[in-house]
Amino acid sequence: MRERIDRIAEPWGDRTPYGPGQPWPVRRDTHLTGTGVDRWVPTASLLHSNGDAMDVAVRDGRIVGVRGRADDRVNRGRLGPKDLFGWQANHADDRLTVPLVRRNGRLEESDWDTAMGLVVDRTRHLLDAHGPGSIGFYTSGQLFLEEYYTLAVIARAGIGTNHLDGNTRLCTATAAEALKETFGCDGQPASYTDVDHCDTLALYGHNMAETQPVLWMRVLDRLAGPTPPRLLCVDPRPTPVAARSEVHLAPRIGTNVALLNALLHELVRTDRIDHAYVDAHTVGYEELAAGVARCTPAWAARICDVPAREIERAAELLGEARALLSTVLQGVYQSHQATAAAVQVNNIQLVRGMLGRPGCGVLQMNGQPTAENTRECGADGDLPGFRNWENEQHVVELAKLWNVDVDRIPHHGPPTPAMQIFRYAEQGSIKLLWISGTNPAVSLPELARIRELLRSEGLFTVVQDLYPTETALLADVVLPAATWGEKTGTFTNADRTVHLCEQAVEPPGQARPDLAILLDYARRMDFRDRDGAPLIGWHDPRGAFEAWQRCSAGRPCDYTGLSYELLRERGGVQWPCDADHPDGTERLYTDGISWAAPDTCESYGRDLVTGASVSETEYRALNPHGKAVLKAAEYLPPHEDVSDDYPLQLTTGRTLYHFHTRTKTGRVPQLDAAAPEMWVEIGAGEARRRGLGEGDLVEVATPRGAVRARLRVTALRDGLLFLPFHYGYWDTPGRTGPGPEGGRAANETTVTDWDPVSKQPLYKTAAARLTRLAPADGTPAPAPTTTASAPADPAAAPPTTGGPAALADQRPEPAPEATP
Amino acid sequence: MNPVEAVLRTLHDGELALRDDLLAAAGDHRAEHEFHHVATDTARWSAEHARLIAATAAARDLHLPADRDPAALTRLRRKAAEDLAPRPDGLPDLLETLTALHLAATRNSLHWEMLAQAAQAGRDGELLDLASRCHPQTLRQLRWTNTLIKTLAPQLLTAS
Repeated sequence: MRERIDRIAEPWGDRTPYGPGQPWPVRRDTHLTGTGVDRWVPTASLLHSNGDAMDVAVRDGRIVGVRGRADDRVNRGRLGPKDLFGWQANHADDRLTVPLVRRNGRLEESDWDTAMGLVVDRTRHLLDAHGPGSIGFYTSGQLFLEEYYTLAVIARAGIGTNHLDGNTRLCTATAAEALKETFGCDGQPASYTDVDHCDTLALYGHNMAETQPVLWMRVLDRLAGPTPPRLLCVDPRPTPVAARSEVHLAPRIGTNVALLNALLHELVRTDRIDHAYVDAHTVGYEELAAGVARCTPAWAARICDVPAREIERAAELLGEARALLSTVLQGVYQSHQATAAAVQVNNIQLVRGMLGRPGCGVLQMNGQPTAENTRECGADGDLPGFRNWENEQHVVELAKLWNVDVDRIPHHGPPTPAMQIFRYAEQGSIKLLWISGTNPAVSLPELARIRELLRSEGLFTVVQDLYPTETALLADVVLPAATWGEKTGTFTNADRTVHLCEQAVEPPGQARPDLAILLDYARRMDFRDRDGAPLIGWHDPRGAFEAWQRCSAGRPCDYTGLSYELLRERGGVQWPCDADHPDGTERLYTDGISWAAPDTCESYGRDLVTGASVSETEYRALNPHGKAVLKAAEYLPPHEDVSDDYPLQLTTGRTLYHFHTRTKTGRVPQLDAAAPEMWVEIGAGEARRRGLGEGDLVEVATPRGAVRARLRVTALRDGLLFLPFHYGYWDTPGRTGPGPEGGRAANETTVTDWDPVSKQPLYKTAAARLTRLAPADGTPAPAPTTTASAPADPAAAPPTTGGPAALADQRPEPAPEATP
Repeated sequence: MNPVEAVLRTLHDGELALRDDLLAAAGDHRAEHEFHHVATDTARWSAEHARLIAATAAARDLHLPADRDPAALTRLRRKAAEDLAPRPDGLPDLLETLTALHLAATRNSLHWEMLAQAAQAGRDGELLDLASRCHPQTLRQLRWTNTLIKTLAPQLLTAS
């Protein structure tokens, strides 16, 4: 293994091969600037959902580098490019350091008293005049557990509003919903360690190499070792995952349910069914088998534009697996029929009896680092602790815990998902929207509409952020927040691993931790419980964590066995962690399905096509003994398909080097240089037919809007365009929206449509028109060559490298003392 | 025409009408995005039901019209829906629409129930298959409209 390599050019580093059932060897990655480190402070990565454990190096009160934690179960010392370089975003010279308030149309510097006074006055006025339904909260996937739980208590029991959601609605809502539909309750069944044991790995719409690069290193190390797993990849793009897969299916976008139903059809037809498992642990098999009876590979081949024989090969691969691990991400979650498709992956796992054993499980992945905590703490609008809003007993538990009357917690209907919150704001019935740690002016679909709505006079917006984002620039009050490294808290990754992130340095200027801002608001609002005591009885992260532990007690996400001390000592620990599981829990459902019984489940489920609620009575009849529910779903054609005016399918997505709307990664030199500007991807065949080439300046237009960028010609499937969604306007003359140079944000073009079950917006199902504005001038598209954006012709663009600034150390180390 | 044929004819008309009503409502409420899209999806179910009913009827020498006389029938049905649903002044338009759709689906559901019962009494396997295939989707249309009313009413009635 080389000691030091360019981790922009080689994002996954060198291999440490290992075989099935062996522990993943340690490789410690380090990126350090200057010389000397005063102390190392433990934390975990906040720029993807993998939860890579790391130590932050501090010198003279400043962060100067990071290293991976060799003893941690998640990454065994490894770091991805965003982990290695992302910390520099803390030092950006345009950090927000004082509160801003809008006066005479302009944001002006202010102070905390004034800014919070405005927010509290407006809240009080609206509560008096219009009631709690006039107030909404839209939070993030990057705050800490302690902050989400505090926000959930404020919104539900303080204000009493149903309008609370996170931007996790855009990334992880379908994962949560698919788990609820199948298992009655949220909670990731599998563990990353299942990569160590599986003999077959199926990735559905999950470009793991770019979204979870460290987990992909684990897969690469298995592939480099003895008896490697066989890979199945379903993805319309030529991803690094596709390149390593035995079978790669690249369906037309919007057709996942047809493809998955054909895979299920084949498993049923060839009787690759674990009937004993199905009988013991599921309900609904007959309906599922009937539902897929006519979904032959030939039928799906016509819909998906994938050869029937390839679908058969994929089904054979699944059918021959003895230890099958499946993972799912945005290619399913942000596409047409999102939950219906994600549920079919659960169904494949269940009918094959591949659950709760080493190497056997499903990872319904998360998009964002702390998405799991929005779900469990209820900052996504669900009741905290995976409680069921339709189960009066669950609401009574919360009312007791918070010492408030049951009626104070709104539970007359489902929580309002983000897209509907913005709809109510558009209609004027939500009049105050508090946006924390997210950037809807770039990340929501149909941006022209979102900008207009955020600018409207009738909506008072509070934005809590690190930088003058596009959204912050449209706000009425801007609150400067501290970030990772500047505050303490815990968060939980996509395989239920909880990490403690400790404060390493002071926040800049007057910036405050999000928790401190929320506690200040609660104090000023003077929220009280039924005995007149403060509703929020805690004052710091540890107090909030302990309050959450009490809330989680006895629920699937039980944290009662954890403590800051334990997390500090052990590194990452997987929930549930309680008296019975003091070391945490590697896999759920090792002994049957545990949280689907009608009295304990989080949800009675929804209709997979209409989103209609299943009633308690129906659920009790369907699933009296709390088994897993096999739910069939019929394929529906996408809502927006190609036409004469818009002849190409359009999808959006991410690249390895950026996170979300680039608020952090765009301020990191190495990451910014790797993917500095917007681009458009097209397949080589499609480009040839249209007389287009690498570097052409093009416009991609839909009925909603258009973007301009250079064209990258890749091995993408025919008939499809791809846009990265990270780019906005904060670093352009337009600041908040398109200037004279035209649109840059992919979401100018996306459609306002969401999955009726999970309410996740569909960023990956639209139709567009492509126009060439100018031929190439010799400049290739500014897209990375190391990823799914690689040019079809390797000579078409110079390879993506990072140079000396991107050198990082990697060193194999003997495994430390065993950790769970 | 025997009574069962009358049910088929009524149901055929009812499904076509619901299809039209769903599509019209979807067009009227484009900015209510979830409603718009799901209304379009579920209109497809009603169109398919009408096609299957017509095929079954044709096999019995009952030839149902390919489509409805749109203007007249829409008027009739609107009238029926209005009669069934007393509307307080100022009820938000979307809630009125959902109510009318729910009632139209209820009417179809009851006719499916009649048809299924008649099929069982008359040991008519073909008719029973037809009802078994279509009626569950009608019930899903009912649950959907009910869920949307339950979800949207609090905000539309108290916070506007």
